[in-house]
Amino acid sequence: MTDLSLSNQSIATKPAPPTEATAFRLPTQWIGVAPFFVFTLMFLIMPTLYLVIGAFQTGEGGFTLDNILQLVSDPSISNSYWVSIKISFWSAIVGAFAGLAIAIAIVRGGLPSWVRSATLTFSGVASNFAGLPLAFAFIATLGRVGIVTVLLRDIFNLNIYALGFNFLTTWGLIVVYLFFQIPLMVVIIVPAIDGLKKEWNEAAATLGATQWQYWRMVVIPVLFPSFLGTVILLFANAFGAIATAYAFAGPQLNIVPIKLYSQINGDVLHNPQLGYAIAFGMIVITGLANVFYIWFRTRSERWLK
Amino acid sequence: MKSGKFWAWVVFGIGTAYFFIPLLATFEFSLRMRRGVHSFDAYQVVLGDPRFQATFLYSVIAAIFTIILGVLVVVPAAYWIRLRLPQIRPIVEFITLLPLVIPAIVIVFGYIRMYGSSSPLPFLASDLGASALLVIGYATLALPYMYRAVDTGLRTIDVRTLTEAAQILGAGWTTIITRVILPNVLIAVLSGAFLTFAIVIGEFTMASLLNRPAFGPYLQNIGANRAYEPAALAIIAFAITWGCMSLIQILSRFAPKSANRPN
Repeated sequence: MTDLSLSNQSIATKPAPPTEATAFRLPTQWIGVAPFFVFTLMFLIMPTLYLVIGAFQTGEGGFTLDNILQLVSDPSISNSYWVSIKISFWSAIVGAFAGLAIAIAIVRGGLPSWVRSATLTFSGVASNFAGLPLAFAFIATLGRVGIVTVLLRDIFNLNIYALGFNFLTTWGLIVVYLFFQIPLMVVIIVPAIDGLKKEWNEAAATLGATQWQYWRMVVIPVLFPSFLGTVILLFANAFGAIATAYAFAGPQLNIVPIKLYSQINGDVLHNPQLGYAIAFGMIVITGLANVFYIWFRTRSERWLK
Repeated sequence: MKSGKFWAWVVFGIGTAYFFIPLLATFEFSLRMRRGVHSFDAYQVVLGDPRFQATFLYSVIAAIFTIILGVLVVVPAAYWIRLRLPQIRPIVEFITLLPLVIPAIVIVFGYIRMYGSSSPLPFLASDLGASALLVIGYATLALPYMYRAVDTGLRTIDVRTLTEAAQILGAGWTTIITRVILPNVLIAVLSGAFLTFAIVIGEFTMASLLNRPAFGPYLQNIGANRAYEPAALAIIAFAITWGCMSLIQILSRFAPKSANRPN
């Protein structure tokens, strides 16, 4: 305590703080947020702008649209975008509906309360369990000598690999991505379902609505914006994911982030500017998705306050 | 109503199967290293591997520095916005959301081109510089979570009154932030810290492209070359994530719930 009062005295006896404050009014106003703006400018905004500008430049620095056009005209690049969009889209859609079903089951299904808290805790963990360990878990489960693969083969005489299952197919990756997509949906949508007020159901019932009408005319319209918003967040989440897919096949798998990874590592496309264009394309796609997300989010918040 | 409950159980059962079969299978698989019996050999091999210890230690240290950097960047900004500049909140919130829009691989690609060894700020010219850049990259990835956690914490305390009280008692800005504001939002900061830790510890893309001896690239290397060890590592990684999330839940019980919550 003595320490504190001593240091306070020394601060208090410093000469005339009010004059100081008026003399440097503008800088002190911003001083608290300065580290934040310097940091994000240097390590988030400028590096991104650097790539965006590079996407429109030739190797010599002149303006060109060739790099961007090549994203479409080069079949291997446009194909990788297409595969990435397909995986992200379907894993977002399937993950969203599965997550919604689980969320409704634990919030409105009349299950014991431990089911709800256990599911929410597990979802928090599983939505963060991605990357390489997730791939390892699925290789141990559904890989060529995985436990479930072997069990299905020995007991049910069912060879899933002969049936065309493979982690490197679109659906193979989707099955794996669902492991973090579904829990993420649960984590985000449960508060939205909680936000549906009991009074709305009672009001609807008073006005003579059936349970089906209550769902169709109240629940779905209110939940729809946050549901759609979360679908878009899941899409962006899957679109940037690289480690899981990389663990299955290394650099061979043709999805955009892996294509960019190989390009950064060794200029496999033999054109450094093309790497910028691929990065730019990724930002455009996730950026568009997030513009929709923010839009839907603000619409749904009006109701859930 | 009866059928609703039945279907709720069905949905819950299917979900449980999808999520627990891979975890159980992975665990069982990780015990199979010694032929014919179940043993913890794979875990012994992994934990005894000096490369595991070195890379894991590297990533833990990187995570700690990431958390410190994140706190230094986020806490003063979030505090100042509540106190003096509420009008710039939308801009700052938008910036903190950017790492969810810009994939990690794009951010690190920008770093490699902007801070290469021949650039004006040659982070990548030395090992220490590259490690610093990795920590910076991780702090960027964690920014959305850290900012949200701290901002939620600040919402539960009366920032203005506390600051004015401290000023009347003669405290300077450093004292106010470190001895008044930080202790009050400590629980929120720690929640953000554990989430950061969970995200950063096994991160692969940035560590690999910056060529750092981190846990993520080690995992990739083991995954490509071994059979049973990856399963053991997956279980260990799941346990770490679970531990971080449990700590956040435990901490949230101690968080203050009073003061000037707007709702």
